[in-house]
Amino acid sequence: MNKPGLPITLRGITKAWPGAVALDDVHLTMPAGQFSAILGPSGCGKSTLLRMIAGLETPSHGKIFIDDRDVTALPADQRGLSFVFQSYALFPHLSVAENIVFGLRTRRVARAERTQRLAEVAQLLGLGPYLDRKPAQLSGGQQQRVALGRAIIAKRAICLMDEPLSNLDAKLRQTMRGELRALQQQLGFTMVYVTHDQVEAITMADQVVLMNAGRVEQVAAPDVLYLKPQTVFAARFIGTPAMNILPAAALGALGQGLEQAAGRGLAVGLRPEALVQLPQSPVVLSCTHAEYLGADALAHGHIGGHPVVMRVAGADMPRPGAQLPLGFAPQDLHLFDFATEHRTEVAGLSGIFLRAGMPTAKPTGAVASPFKPKDD
Amino acid sequence: MDRRDWVYGWLLVLPAMVFLGLFTHLPAITTIWNSFFSTPRGRRPKLFVGLENYQRLLDDPVFWKVMVNNLWFALGTIPLSIALALIMALSVQRAFAGRALVRMAYFTPTVLPLIAVANIWLFFYTPGFGLIDQITGVFGLGQSNLLGSPDTALVAVMVVTVWKEAGFFMIFYLAALQTIPPQLSEAAKIEGASAGTVFWRITFPLLMPTTLFVSINAVINSFRMVDHIFVLTGGGPDNASSLLLFYIYETSFRFWDTAYGATLTVVMLALLGLLAIGQFLIFDKKVHYK
Ligand SMILES: Nc1ncnc2c1ncn2[C@@H]1O[C@H](COP(=O)(O)OP(=O)(O)OP(=O)(O)O)[C@@H](O)[C@H]1O
Ligand SMILES: [Mg+2]
Repeated sequence: MNKPGLPITLRGITKAWPGAVALDDVHLTMPAGQFSAILGPSGCGKSTLLRMIAGLETPSHGKIFIDDRDVTALPADQRGLSFVFQSYALFPHLSVAENIVFGLRTRRVARAERTQRLAEVAQLLGLGPYLDRKPAQLSGGQQQRVALGRAIIAKRAICLMDEPLSNLDAKLRQTMRGELRALQQQLGFTMVYVTHDQVEAITMADQVVLMNAGRVEQVAAPDVLYLKPQTVFAARFIGTPAMNILPAAALGALGQGLEQAAGRGLAVGLRPEALVQLPQSPVVLSCTHAEYLGADALAHGHIGGHPVVMRVAGADMPRPGAQLPLGFAPQDLHLFDFATEHRTEVAGLSGIFLRAGMPTAKPTGAVASPFKPKDD
Repeated sequence: MDRRDWVYGWLLVLPAMVFLGLFTHLPAITTIWNSFFSTPRGRRPKLFVGLENYQRLLDDPVFWKVMVNNLWFALGTIPLSIALALIMALSVQRAFAGRALVRMAYFTPTVLPLIAVANIWLFFYTPGFGLIDQITGVFGLGQSNLLGSPDTALVAVMVVTVWKEAGFFMIFYLAALQTIPPQLSEAAKIEGASAGTVFWRITFPLLMPTTLFVSINAVINSFRMVDHIFVLTGGGPDNASSLLLFYIYETSFRFWDTAYGATLTVVMLALLGLLAIGQFLIFDKKVHYK
């Protein structure tokens, strides 16, 4: 069943509805055989982008290429891809078997081959016992599998999925995440997977496309996205709880030193898990309240009047009103241009720390990643 | 459930039962009862005659004539009006400029009062002056009397009926089409289905419950048709456009042969009941209810 996936390239895709711009000049490549997750908040244009690749929507401007072939004007069924809808879109009057082989029948695949492929897919997805049932007689997870079966039976080079797990409960979602990823790797197709759930994107994808308000914010591997967010939006969107963003001035002497070295106004980003208590530090968090999460706790408070969250061990939760001197490693400090909100780097960080009288903590960011390590 | 609830429940349905019994079941039973008696005339009271009325019915050429008329009427109007309704519903389902206007135009025949409908169609049909004759006149064809000649009267009435019913049935199809998620046809399209395949394999099967509902209504309507005949042809010429209910009306209320009228009514009720049951049985296998 191994057929290599095909790459998808978008060049300058724009989609404008009357009164709304859903996509604004999107340039993007989804590499062959890779799992690309399109991630972003609700309404940012993820579904529109996916439907555009599928041919269910036509772009106002721009071109779509599949394996260097311009498919912009090609109808959906000639693009050689399959689509899994959020609502599954199973045909309610057809049995599971008929649903799965629907595409083979419309393409006049011989009966013997249909039966054989159906058996393969049913075996792969564990749908054997349900082939004669109607979709309404299946659980949500089983329906999801039928939709998957319909998508993979034709062995297309590309599979598009629009939030396929969002109707399932948390436990099943986790199981299905693993299964989907395994399936994609086993069959080797190019996957484009839309989700608004960062954990889903980070745990499953080879490449995450982060979108915001119709634009591509950053395209990167999950760990790169977490470790080196290119914009303030990306920094705050990835990671839970969100990264603390404060004007550099809030860090006192250190902030001044950083802005001097950069030669412009800066915003600093610090992940809650990058902050540690350091007795001699001039940066002090005035704690307002704490949230107990079991192994961890979150200390909420202010630094220089700006709200900050810090992750601490569940055992040493600070009391409200406590003044906590904080430190962090220079590697865990993210710097953004204050005006453009784009990432900037400043050389000689340890020197700047030293001159500002700021002790340095051991780096924690990568270790304290709230995401599972990638499974490949 | 304790005893008080039980009484309470019956009390709640009592008003409905009383009215239903009084105005539906009682008259139906009286009708069946009366069909076994002769019609009382003047001093002569009604007499029990057994199945004599039914024997008369079997020998009545007018009865057979109206039954055959009714059959043709049903065959001619039902499939046509349902097909038209479906086509109209599909055509106004997509968004386009002026959609509301077209929908309204399709629905207008249904909301028009019967007299207005009759006027419109008389304007089409009138020999010599009617629209149809004016048009055929341009091509040098002779006058026609569509409502007045035995060959065409029934067809002329059928045309009016289809025109009126199609718009009504369209509303049901339109409502049913709204409940079919557009993702289904998108999914089918991605799987290579043509517009025809999408219709025959997805849309039409999912509309089956509506088709069942509409067709039962259409069958019942075709046997209840009486008003158009009153206004357009009066059943003539020579019963050429008379239908069962019109014949029942004439028998009962123009010739005051109430016993025979009751007999005809019993036949009609039996027929309608059988048709409805039959349709349910036939369709039940093919209808997918959600
Ligand atoms: N048919 C349409 N007509 C007009 N505007 C539309 C249409 N479809 C989508 N939009 C707009 O385009 C924008 C992007 O919509 P889209 O469905 O792609 O969002 P999304 O990222 O998939 O959101 P969600 O996560 O909620 O599904 C939204 O602002 C939406 O209102
Ligand atoms: Mg969406």
